[in-house]
Amino acid sequence: MPDDTFTAMRQSIIDGAPDTACDLAQRAVASGIEPLTAINEGYVPGMHAVGDRFAQGQMFLPDMMASAEAMRAAMAVLDPELKKLGTERPMAGVVVLGTTKGDIHEIGKILVGTLLSAHGFRVHDLGVDVAGEKFAAKARELSADIVGVSALLTTTMRNQRGVVEALVKAGLRSQVKVMVGGAPVTRKWAEEIGADGYAKDAMSAVALARSLIEPKALPVREAV
Amino acid sequence: MRPRFELLDKPLIERILGEAFQLIEDPGVRVAPYVVELLRSAGVTVTEGVAHIPEALARSLLEPVPREFYLYDRRGKAAVHYGGDDIHFDPGSSCLNILDPETQQARPALAADLVRLVQVAEMLPQFAAQSTAMVCNDVPPEIGDWYRLLLVLWHSEKPVVTGAFSAASLHTLLELLAIESGGCEALRNKPRAVFDVCPSPPLNWSEFASQNLVDLARAGVPAEIVSMPLAGATAPVTLAGSVVQHAAECISGITIHQLAQPGAPIVWGGAPAIFDMRTGRTPMGAIETAMLDVACAEVGKYFGLPTHAYMVAGDGRMIDAQVGMESGMSTVLGALAGINMISGAGMLDFLACHSIEKLVMDAEAIASAQRLIGGIEPRSESLAVAAFAQTGLQGDFLKLKETRALFRKEQHFPSAIIDRGLASGPDSSQGILGRAQERVEELLAEYRRPEILADRERALLNFAETESGRVGLEGLPGITSPASASR
Repeated sequence: MPDDTFTAMRQSIIDGAPDTACDLAQRAVASGIEPLTAINEGYVPGMHAVGDRFAQGQMFLPDMMASAEAMRAAMAVLDPELKKLGTERPMAGVVVLGTTKGDIHEIGKILVGTLLSAHGFRVHDLGVDVAGEKFAAKARELSADIVGVSALLTTTMRNQRGVVEALVKAGLRSQVKVMVGGAPVTRKWAEEIGADGYAKDAMSAVALARSLIEPKALPVREAV
Repeated sequence: MRPRFELLDKPLIERILGEAFQLIEDPGVRVAPYVVELLRSAGVTVTEGVAHIPEALARSLLEPVPREFYLYDRRGKAAVHYGGDDIHFDPGSSCLNILDPETQQARPALAADLVRLVQVAEMLPQFAAQSTAMVCNDVPPEIGDWYRLLLVLWHSEKPVVTGAFSAASLHTLLELLAIESGGCEALRNKPRAVFDVCPSPPLNWSEFASQNLVDLARAGVPAEIVSMPLAGATAPVTLAGSVVQHAAECISGITIHQLAQPGAPIVWGGAPAIFDMRTGRTPMGAIETAMLDVACAEVGKYFGLPTHAYMVAGDGRMIDAQVGMESGMSTVLGALAGINMISGAGMLDFLACHSIEKLVMDAEAIASAQRLIGGIEPRSESLAVAAFAQTGLQGDFLKLKETRALFRKEQHFPSAIIDRGLASGPDSSQGILGRAQERVEELLAEYRRPEILADRERALLNFAETESGRVGLEGLPGITSPASASR
């Protein structure tokens, strides 16, 4: 009964139930369901539903964190199966994340990283108090598509500019999109420092990251 | 009777403190290398940067903390009393943006904006203190923190709520204050400023914050702990749980501070907030944020310590009813809670933006709150019977001597910002923003720069020119030359 199974997988993500998500993934593997099919027909629709419900104010950040955890639990079962088959889940993109120099706040960044991972991005989190050069070095190492820079304080927000400058200096700016976020950050600020996009919250950051990966020449994007 | 607002009873406060003392011992508090030896010398175990502070030690170090102290204005007058239930207000601090007075759109703040704000706050008696309210975007970031203080000292004689952006720059700010006060000893004896020092939630005294605590204690300049638990994100989701964390951060900060210099003045303060589970933002105008402020202050008052909170701010992005409602509610609650210094006036958009128009509006809310805590007093032997004896059932109270003698005590008269239908008042059809804009211009026109001794003014200028020259700043934005400044 694959349809019921996929519905249950979707629901396990919506419920934020990692044990159920894991159990369903194991049963799917045992019953011969293709791992990629389970992901695309069961779990990913769950994350999409979570995103929609969050946007509609029906789900909240702790619910989303739980959903992301459930997604991670399912992927922990399915990723090795994909590898066995010599394939892997199509990756949405590589993102290097960090909180800007002088700032040690990371709750927003963790939320963004969790949701990006849940939505198929490969995320490397550099942590807090990260200098621009470090962002650039990691972006080069991983051939990152996006660098995401968080700042909570008005005083440290200024250092987001340094990340853009470091990428320019490293000759990477044309290959890497920069998205910025954090409580004091605005679209205007993103424009001013030459970033490619600004997201108001974690869910918007996912939408923004997706849009940035699409190669379109547009002004600074704002995901709301 | 002074009206009060309380959220915690004694058993709950003691339970909060019981858990706070437990937290500072286990899991302990992250501290910087700068204070490790200081803590170890007092018998605190510090392992891998985490201090495990015994309750007995922390309690013993709460004892020497002054239960009251004053901030002084330039003339040497005690202008702010930290202690008891006295309340004072100051504008919010360190904002990067301002609502442009003309367009009412947010834009980066400039030195000229800070000067306008300081001048307006100087004219409003509701603000007992100034704050280093904005970061000036036309000043190089390397000198951004002390330059704000310079502008405040230049244009104001009121006490200042300020803070350094780094461990090193604290000494530059202290140097400026010492110049203005006539030396370090004069500053110590009559401090003009209090310095906000922020632990990083949860339970982390960073290098910068640790060093500021110690250096302020040794300089004898008051420190104000600004603990910022975000309920549900960087602190437990329950309000009570966040109050516990706030208490643990304050107590551990006081431990470090008092070990550096027993008896140095310090304030139990904070800027706690809830974490909005829809957006991840921290609404300063939420009622739960105000509840956290009140409850955190109550715990400090339990020890009889001076208190501070961040209130009077709204989250809307323009001057509108939302911002007015949020700011007004928290102003009233802060006043009823008897919090010694209430910061935040003028701010909106989650503390991301300042507005001078909002500052003058907030001053009206503050004045109303000050009237509120005046309470209802029996002002004569007879409350009403004697008045009725004079007027009978005619009810002609307007003619009574008692009415004329007492109405000014009973009623607060707001400025023309508040539309009460005054015939001579501003055009009420323009709305409160228009009236606030007019009020700002009136206050600026009336402002006169307070006098400063010529040699100190010269010394301030010399200091500013030398230091700003190091980073290539040409001229001193916001500083008028002494000849033209002293009108």
